[in-house]
Amino acid sequence: MSAKSIREFDGKALLAYFLPRSPIFGAPCTAEYPQLAPKLAQLRFSPDASESEIKEVFDKAQACYPWLTESGARFVCKPDMLIKRRGKSGLLGLNKTWEEVKQWVGERAGKTQQVEHVEGKLTVFLVEPFVKHDQKSEYYININSSREGDNILFYHEGGVDVGDVDAKASKLLVPIDLSKFPSDEDITSQLFQHVPEGQRSALLNFVKRLYAVYVDLQFTYMEINPLVVLETANGIEFHALDLAGKVDQTAEFECGPKWSIARSDEQLGKALKDESAVVTVDNGPPMEFPSPFGRDLTPEESYIADIDAKTGASLKLTVLNPKGSIWTLVAGGGASVVYADAIASAGYADDLANYGEYSGAPNEAQTYAYAKTVLNLMVRGDVYPNGKVLFIGGGIANFTSVGSTFKGIIRAFRDTKDEILKHKIRIYVRRGGPSWQEGLRLLTDAGNELKLPMEIYGPEMHVSGIVPLALSGKKFDIKPFGVTPSA
Amino acid sequence: MTELFHRKTRAFVYGMQMRACQSMLDFDNLCGRETPSVAGIIYPFGSAKSAKLYWGTTETLIPQYQEVSKAVEAHPEVDVVVNFASSRSAYSSTMELLEFPQFRAIAIIAEGVPERRAREIMLKAKEKNVVIIGPATVGGIKPGCFKIGNTGGMMDNIVASKLYRPGSVAYVSKSGGMSNELNNIIAQTTNGVYEGVAIGGDRYPGTTFIDHILRYQADPKAKIIVLLGEVGGVEEYRVIEAIKAGTITKPIVAWCIGTVAGKFKTEVQFGHAGSMANSQLETAASKNKAMADAGILVPKTFEEIPEVLSEIYQKLLKSGEIVETAEPEIPKIPLDYNWARQLGLVRKPANFVSTISDDRGSELSYAGMPISEVFQQDIGIGGVVSLLWFRRLLPKYCLEFLEMVIMLTADHGPAVSGAMNTIITTRAGKDLISSLVSGLLTIGPRFGGALDDSAREFSNAFSKGWSPREFVDTMRKQNKLIPGIGHKVKSRNNPDLRVEIVKEFVKKNFPESKMINYAITVEDVTTSKKDNLILNVDGAVSCAFIDMMHSCGAFSDEEIKEYLANGVLNGLFTLGRTIGFIGHHLDQKRLKSGLYRHPWDDITYLVGEKL
Repeated sequence: MSAKSIREFDGKALLAYFLPRSPIFGAPCTAEYPQLAPKLAQLRFSPDASESEIKEVFDKAQACYPWLTESGARFVCKPDMLIKRRGKSGLLGLNKTWEEVKQWVGERAGKTQQVEHVEGKLTVFLVEPFVKHDQKSEYYININSSREGDNILFYHEGGVDVGDVDAKASKLLVPIDLSKFPSDEDITSQLFQHVPEGQRSALLNFVKRLYAVYVDLQFTYMEINPLVVLETANGIEFHALDLAGKVDQTAEFECGPKWSIARSDEQLGKALKDESAVVTVDNGPPMEFPSPFGRDLTPEESYIADIDAKTGASLKLTVLNPKGSIWTLVAGGGASVVYADAIASAGYADDLANYGEYSGAPNEAQTYAYAKTVLNLMVRGDVYPNGKVLFIGGGIANFTSVGSTFKGIIRAFRDTKDEILKHKIRIYVRRGGPSWQEGLRLLTDAGNELKLPMEIYGPEMHVSGIVPLALSGKKFDIKPFGVTPSA
Repeated sequence: MTELFHRKTRAFVYGMQMRACQSMLDFDNLCGRETPSVAGIIYPFGSAKSAKLYWGTTETLIPQYQEVSKAVEAHPEVDVVVNFASSRSAYSSTMELLEFPQFRAIAIIAEGVPERRAREIMLKAKEKNVVIIGPATVGGIKPGCFKIGNTGGMMDNIVASKLYRPGSVAYVSKSGGMSNELNNIIAQTTNGVYEGVAIGGDRYPGTTFIDHILRYQADPKAKIIVLLGEVGGVEEYRVIEAIKAGTITKPIVAWCIGTVAGKFKTEVQFGHAGSMANSQLETAASKNKAMADAGILVPKTFEEIPEVLSEIYQKLLKSGEIVETAEPEIPKIPLDYNWARQLGLVRKPANFVSTISDDRGSELSYAGMPISEVFQQDIGIGGVVSLLWFRRLLPKYCLEFLEMVIMLTADHGPAVSGAMNTIITTRAGKDLISSLVSGLLTIGPRFGGALDDSAREFSNAFSKGWSPREFVDTMRKQNKLIPGIGHKVKSRNNPDLRVEIVKEFVKKNFPESKMINYAITVEDVTTSKKDNLILNVDGAVSCAFIDMMHSCGAFSDEEIKEYLANGVLNGLFTLGRTIGFIGHHLDQKRLKSGLYRHPWDDITYLVGEKL
């Protein structure tokens, strides 16, 4: 769990609800912020969606969001899947009628799209009203967090060609101690020097409200580019045309209800309520943390993530290359990275199939589930002529019991022993920590009994030494576990 | 600046962590400390009492407090807290601890503290001049002095890496697991660890590399510094700046793990929340290069750390900067009994034996059958009784029979002794259990006991080879009523349907029914004398039960005798009748009946008369 990106749709829904509501820091705002239901339509399709499914999604959207079919209305449509620089990749539909939107989205819904070197299916789209504006009303704003506090970056020339914001933008550091929030004068002088006088006060209010939401909902990153500021007869309007945000997933226990309520059917102004909806923990759907584009969680990764969420122990699995020949079952957030480094050093980065770790004393059943998942992935598909390699590694544990975790691993071996032999998997082990001798002894016995090819080392072996041993043929003076050195 | 940890450091452990506390005390012993490092335990959810821990071989009491203020009042000398509060309460508990000026260091173990909260903790701690280690860490260790929680693991590791006495190498790392590995590497290549801190894997640790390295720089006993960094964050650059500014002059051996990250096609979040590079600057490769350029000793790969460390150590040894001292003798730490048992080193006879069910595994099991299978195979109540009472799954007809008996014996109206007892107790305002037990206590030789008795008498007669008539005559001669024969109202012409149900079932399902047939013939004899001397439900059930045990082939004769003697029929009756008693209790409660008093005119008072 850590800071995770959220969809543009979700970010904008949060803003719509909380800009008028989140408590302000510093001097009070001089005007209220309108409480309006946002106009955001999210369209979700299955991968490789059929024509009839696509039509069904559009029909449902029209029923849910009557503003889509208002006469003369014009829209912006785009995929909402954490894809950067959509404009440059031709993934932005501008100033379209609803019929044109359906055409544009329909052509792309559920289909494969290549973005830079990643490929994925376009399954989630966002449709919003088109905001007619001049280039010169486009601003850039970015709030991000660092150790010293939160940095607000503002540039008066926003848009797709904003360039190097780090170099150009005006910056303001908000200290961690929010009682020392900068004064209105400081904010204005630091950030809004190049903004027309008439807009400064409204912009000041907006930025203070934006920051209030950033804090209230525990964002760690928020970028609005362009932020369009329109001077209308009713006053100054703010439109976030594009929003990229990250929130701190570990804050779910504090912010979960807030993240949910802003995105409930009611808040989104949906005319059609989802009757089949399951009972949710809060008054609205739980926040969605999508995988990076082209990296949907596989069923195995979801399974492990599920177990991880339910325990104080840590179990993590990311499948990098399901066709890879080198797999790891390593304990510890640090050691697992060391192993990945060693495998890459040996020249096998592309063959590395997974990154993962288990730590914090998972019990035998959890370790069994974890090992079984990895083994199942390993024995899928064709048998490779050179077989595959499995590293069961780790440092010298502080308090994870090697004995009980290895019992789980052995049980997984028993379940998959025939496939392990069939796929010519060679197993290399290195581990230390509480009851390590028992763990290694049980593993040695199991290996002998199940006739699995294994080389087993205790803490005398360097933590990642089994990697060059297995992959580069490096020789060590250290004897495997249980083998007494010859006289 | 005075040392953060020393041989007399006293700490609170916040949270219920017996294993970690014992580990700290065992470490204290190995180091030859005079007093335990754990002064008290703060646990808001438990009552204040004392925890029993071992100090060497003897037990000692460590006081437990519900409130920080009480703990602080009792132990003004404590200046360190090891905070095991969960990720949800780590923030509030730490902010509370920071209100008390006596604390100089707080280690936060929990992983998952929100980033904003971690920064707030960091800020307040800086204002109060408190060193925060963590969050998301195992802690750290200062050999000879103090061990944070579970750091360094079991005593065999402490001994193997010589962590009970100080060396000259001080390290700082993000990872807890890897810092234990560093303990090993340092012990093998140098005179050992002087102090080691794991700052934790989160994005905003309370103190970072530079904070601890500056402490090591200021401590004359730390001669070599080791830094194990990681992809993500820019903390390593602050160390470089300090070197360039001349603030750090001691030799540093460093390495950033995560060099592989750049080789992945999409961004991969590693296990530590903080290990994600947000820019080129934060990659391991960039940091390793920058550190090497600044004069830090950076090996070519992680695997080469021991070589580089050994080299600088030998250099300082030669120059006399480091002086090796003689190894102290280590006291023997007795192995914790539970741990020794787990390792199979000791055995002790258990006080109890139990053979019918097992709750220890991942799934509850009845006589070896996992609970999920109990339902999958749909064995029913009869099946469960079969497993828990007889430790075997009897054939289907037996299971159905058992269930039938429970249904038949479930109740016999409010007037019988047991039900009456229950009703009266309920009406006295007592709880369900008391009312139930009150009814059950009437079960014995006169109420419900007919089952056991008739089983005994009938099987005795049968096994002796007495004909039905001989049996009846013998009992009459002994002036004994035959248990299982006789009913107040029912007769041959007005049969007890319960008995008919039993007889039907036996006829239809049992492969053999010698006992029932015998009993029916006995009934022929007795009813010829008097119409109501029928085989009653107790007699029918007990004879059928004996037949069941014989016919299913699952019991030896010996076993059958034993079960009957041990009261299995009594058990069946009690089990069934419990349903009725509870029913009567609920009924009286529903009716809100008042306290019962028996009418005087229904009692013959013979007080004071000669009897």
